[in-house]
Amino acid sequence: MVQTTFLQPASWPEALEARAANPDAVPVAGGTDVLVEVNFGRLHPSGLLDLGRVRELRTWGREKGRVRVGAGVTYSELITQLRGDLPALATAARTVGSPPIRNRGTLGGNLGTASPAGDCHPVLLACGAEVEVASSRVSRTVPADEFFVGPKRNALGADELISGVWIPRATGPQSFSKVGTRNAMVIAVCSLALALHPDSGRVGTGIGSAGPVPLRAREAEAFLEGHLAERGAWESKRPLEEAVVDRFAELVSQAAAPIDDVRGSLRYRRHALRVLARRSLGWCWNDYREAAR
Amino acid sequence: MKVSLTVNGARRTVDDAGESETLLQVLRDHLGLTGTKNACEQGECGSCTVYLDGTLVCSCLVLAGQADGAEVTTVEGLSAAGAAAVQEAFVEAGAVQCGFCTPGLVMAAHDLLAHNPDPGDDDIREALAGNLCRCTGYQKIVDAVHRAASPTTTP
Ligand SMILES: Cc1cc2nc3c(=O)[nH]c(=O)nc-3n(C[C@H](O)[C@H](O)[C@H](O)COP(=O)(O)OP(=O)(O)OC[C@H]3O[C@@H](n4cnc5c(N)ncnc54)[C@H](O)[C@@H]3O)c2cc1C
Ligand code: FES
Ligand code: FES
Repeated sequence: MVQTTFLQPASWPEALEARAANPDAVPVAGGTDVLVEVNFGRLHPSGLLDLGRVRELRTWGREKGRVRVGAGVTYSELITQLRGDLPALATAARTVGSPPIRNRGTLGGNLGTASPAGDCHPVLLACGAEVEVASSRVSRTVPADEFFVGPKRNALGADELISGVWIPRATGPQSFSKVGTRNAMVIAVCSLALALHPDSGRVGTGIGSAGPVPLRAREAEAFLEGHLAERGAWESKRPLEEAVVDRFAELVSQAAAPIDDVRGSLRYRRHALRVLARRSLGWCWNDYREAAR
Repeated sequence: MKVSLTVNGARRTVDDAGESETLLQVLRDHLGLTGTKNACEQGECGSCTVYLDGTLVCSCLVLAGQADGAEVTTVEGLSAAGAAAVQEAFVEAGAVQCGFCTPGLVMAAHDLLAHNPDPGDDDIREALAGNLCRCTGYQKIVDAVHRAASPTTTP
């Protein structure tokens, strides 16, 4: 057994220095992913880098049209404090695990693990979020749709840590929905986030747990954006035709790249995504029409 | 490594905690507080639930060093803190069979009632979703939480 060192920086600059000096040490935020690996003997880290004392990571704030959420903000905090600004992210947070998991698990930890099934990811894609990462030398932002580079692999460098995520505040209806075997404590069989951006005429999507990485349904976005613009539907707020909803759902389903695994089959995932897409568009467009009245 | 924490109001120090040991191991193996149970060590069962600085957590997913300096309340500390009503309600409602899940459920129920003094069935089931019980079938646990919420009015 390797001897593990325990590092506990008290500030963000100290954390970045510790990261640079100990590239093999595993960062730990809420520990809800890392500790499972450690407890089961699947991970024998030479060092553990506890980020729990870094106050800078625990904060969030509004800046112009965006919210900057620190990497150490927990699911419980997303639910109670950011429901108004980031409704789909708060909804996704509420589906994660159980209250004790939501009290410890963080947005940054979800991104660190970069599981294709991570529930924050589809929302970050649909909202057009940017992940802010830093090393002791430099800080940069990575668009969410470039952050996930493979199953459980992200764009983070060996000397980098995630400092926060920049997420545009909702300007229209959003939804997050997730298919699982139970109404709690489930890893998604598949999931879908949808965000309507009436201010820019954009439509954002994010598919979870149906591909090697979380995916955007780009063709579905472009199709719906085109249809809404062409018909002046953002202004008229007319109901959407069945055929449009069907086509959108079909394109979402086609954008997925699912596999058969223990949680579900490829066919089931494609089918479920079609259903989620139909429902999500129905809910969001209805909310948009209602809000205007 | 050395870890000092306040457990149920008393200052405790463990000199030889392992760097990758958890708060659960500190409580059970180093401090002998076996009310907090160990079943899954992966956050799935809730039997290890405690308060860490007032927040409900799975102690199996907290590193010993992360709990250094913290205030921890375990099920042993709940009654001392005058919060025995939840425990009594579990006994009265028949929500305890083998009892293995009970400490964790009592902690989770206590936390729910602290935030929501009069929860509905859905609130209770959502709040207790992280606690597994292999015996009761959960209905009597839901009853117990209602009973703890309003000890005089519930049958
Ligand atoms: C019972 C249970 C249920 C769960 N249910 C769900 C669920 O429904 N949906 C879901 O998406 N997830 C779920 N999870 C997984 C987990 O809770 C989430 O992925 C959570 O967001 C991880 O956050 P954390 O702070 O606990 O991460 P940690 O375990 O502390 O870290 C996770 C990874 O991120 C890295 N990391 C953490 N912070 C940073 C940072 N600032 N910079 C760089 N790297 C960092 C770590 O090194 C590690 O690789 C569940 C876990 C458990 C145990
Ligand atoms: S032992 Fe911690 S949740 Fe099961
Ligand atoms: S009473 Fe036996 S596990 Fe709940």
